[in-house]
Amino acid sequence: MSSIHARVRRFITTNFYVPPEEPLADEESLLDRGVIDSTGVLEVIAFLESEFGIAVKDEEMLPANLDSVASLVAFVERKRA
Amino acid sequence: MCGIGGTVARRAGLAPPEIDALLRMAGAMRHRGPDGFGVYRDARAGLCHARLAVVDLATGQQPLGNEDGTLWVVFNGEIYNHVELRAELVALGHTFRTRSDTEVIVHAFEAWGEAAFARFNGQFALALWDARAEVLVLARDPVGVRPLHVAEHDGRVLFGSEVKALFALDPTLPRALDPVGLDETFTFWGTVAPQHVFAGVTEVRPGHVRVYAGGEVHERPYDTPRYPVDGGGFRGSLEDAVVAVREALDAASALRMLRADVPVGSYLSGGLDSSLVAALGQRAKGAPLTTFSLRFADAEYDETGFQRSMAAHLGSDHREVVVSRADIAAVFPEVIEHTERPILRTAPAPLFLLSKLVRDAGIKVVLTGEGADEMFAGYDIFREGKVRRWWARAPGSTCRPRLLERLYPYLSRSPVAQRAILQKFFGRNLSRAHLPGFAHDPRWQTTAALKRLFSPEQRRAAAGVDVVTRLLSSLPADLPRWSPLAQDQYLEVRTLLSGYLLCSQGDRMLMAHSIEGRFPFLDREVMALAADLPPSYKLKVLDEKHVLKRAALGLVPEAILRRTKQPYRAPDAQSFAGGHAPAWADEVMGEAAVREAGIFDPRAVATLWGKCRSRAPAEQFSNSDNMAVIGVLSTQLLHERLVRRAPEPVLVTAETRVDRLATGRRPSIH
Repeated sequence: MSSIHARVRRFITTNFYVPPEEPLADEESLLDRGVIDSTGVLEVIAFLESEFGIAVKDEEMLPANLDSVASLVAFVERKRA
Repeated sequence: MCGIGGTVARRAGLAPPEIDALLRMAGAMRHRGPDGFGVYRDARAGLCHARLAVVDLATGQQPLGNEDGTLWVVFNGEIYNHVELRAELVALGHTFRTRSDTEVIVHAFEAWGEAAFARFNGQFALALWDARAEVLVLARDPVGVRPLHVAEHDGRVLFGSEVKALFALDPTLPRALDPVGLDETFTFWGTVAPQHVFAGVTEVRPGHVRVYAGGEVHERPYDTPRYPVDGGGFRGSLEDAVVAVREALDAASALRMLRADVPVGSYLSGGLDSSLVAALGQRAKGAPLTTFSLRFADAEYDETGFQRSMAAHLGSDHREVVVSRADIAAVFPEVIEHTERPILRTAPAPLFLLSKLVRDAGIKVVLTGEGADEMFAGYDIFREGKVRRWWARAPGSTCRPRLLERLYPYLSRSPVAQRAILQKFFGRNLSRAHLPGFAHDPRWQTTAALKRLFSPEQRRAAAGVDVVTRLLSSLPADLPRWSPLAQDQYLEVRTLLSGYLLCSQGDRMLMAHSIEGRFPFLDREVMALAADLPPSYKLKVLDEKHVLKRAALGLVPEAILRRTKQPYRAPDAQSFAGGHAPAWADEVMGEAAVREAGIFDPRAVATLWGKCRSRAPAEQFSNSDNMAVIGVLSTQLLHERLVRRAPEPVLVTAETRVDRLATGRRPSIH
């Protein structure tokens, strides 16, 4: 089983077709980069729920939890703690 | 409407143009003008014309010269005020052989030179060849309804209504996509003239005249956008404006309905704009129109109910075509052969099928509502810009951004996630609210994010130009003194209207089936009036096209006036999802084809295409995914159809043939 970080990163780069050469820092805002848009965020939530078996509550659906690889990883770790 | 083309040697000593090359050029545009072909040549220049006969059926052939054969014109479009201009010119002593508007151009240019173009009320692209002075003059209407592409190659200028005509004239002209043109397309949804998506080709800018004289070339505006500065402009009440708008539109629709020697029909989208021009057109005609509507098999995009209610209101002879996802996929390659540029939406494809419906009904000319949303502020981008500017005055406010929910009602029904994410999205760059481009920034950034699909080579090749900076550094000097709405309207016209709607979704889809579109909202007087109106008459709080809705009272059913505006959309990536993708799509999106074109990263495209193909038919795609799939697919098709392959030569026979080489200096007309 690969790390949460690797799985999140792989999902973001494949589902949103980010080429391997394209530098995407873990802390970079996915929204500001245009990697995800308003529908894209629903794809992220569906991924988190199926991949990590967590339930994302309405009030947790915030940019602070979902807007970068780093914040997604931290969010999953918090939820699974 | 027609296709025009030609070539001029920029220096002495080159071989004269070949008649056959000019005929190939006309043949490449035969869909634009199947009713007759004409060529002209002398030692230095060649002109060609493919005619769609709409005005002066008997004597309107082109190329057309002045009395002594020293000035020649090929012309695509309509000059609606040609009757009035002719009267002025006759008073100045000019004599006319034909009833055509084309002949008016020749005499108007003799009388007024380049100042003639500002007197034309119409939609046009034209070339004038002054054989005596050896000067070539190219001009386009103020918003670019009609196309005009120009290349310079081997000491010659080549120009034509379509790029494929340039390639047909000179098969040695290099065919390659331009990295900066692609960068603009994946930012603004189209190129901004003179930038072109083909390398080495430019477009004459709308409202400009380009002159080649000897070794010199210059392009000058003959018409500049005029919005009121410092709060000036129309002084009347809202009621005065309603009357003025109704009168101007009435006159514009009547001109376009009556100044034709063939029947004129109308599109009906189900929205306000086309309903209004159809109502005014029918009133001018005094008899029921033939109307045409596009229906969608997907209920989400369909507007059948409103279309039929307007048709019933008119009592028109109403024709419909139903378009499915499979239909869109099936015609897409042909659509791209006509757009000759990448598109980020499939929206042109259904219009390609609609123009076929018109042709099959035996109609050659239609009115449409194009331009109303730009002139009278109908688009969400104007409302969104207004809300975001208001929010920017109190960036910490939590209630101001909630106004966005009035624009996009789905927001208030969305989970908190989407609302929070969207507030972050729309709240970017609030500190730049006073700068031009602020309203368009979210759209441009969302689109430009797709450039991550570009290959390293494409990126490197485009790196020299930041297309947004280039656009924003080429704005009219007065622009900062215009209202924020006027600034947004100007940018919308210059980018999306001229660079996408009027060409890819307009001229090209109409002309693909030899149909001429006429646009009352792009009438010179209507545009001038609309520009002059106070912003609050157009966008009253957040009520879009306010003055126009009031002007339409009594002409259009209440239900259409009151309905929520529905942007014209068609199924995008869905048309190619799951089992819908035809074999050619897998091929052009495959690694070999992507690598060969060199524009996109093959692995990124494979991921994108896999995502598209594995989607269930009922599933939605995000806005970004839709643009990415259609943008890459259309670019790959363009490469396949117009870069890899040269157009098949089609030779046509000219009924008008002026060969000044064959007979020395005297024109001979066979």
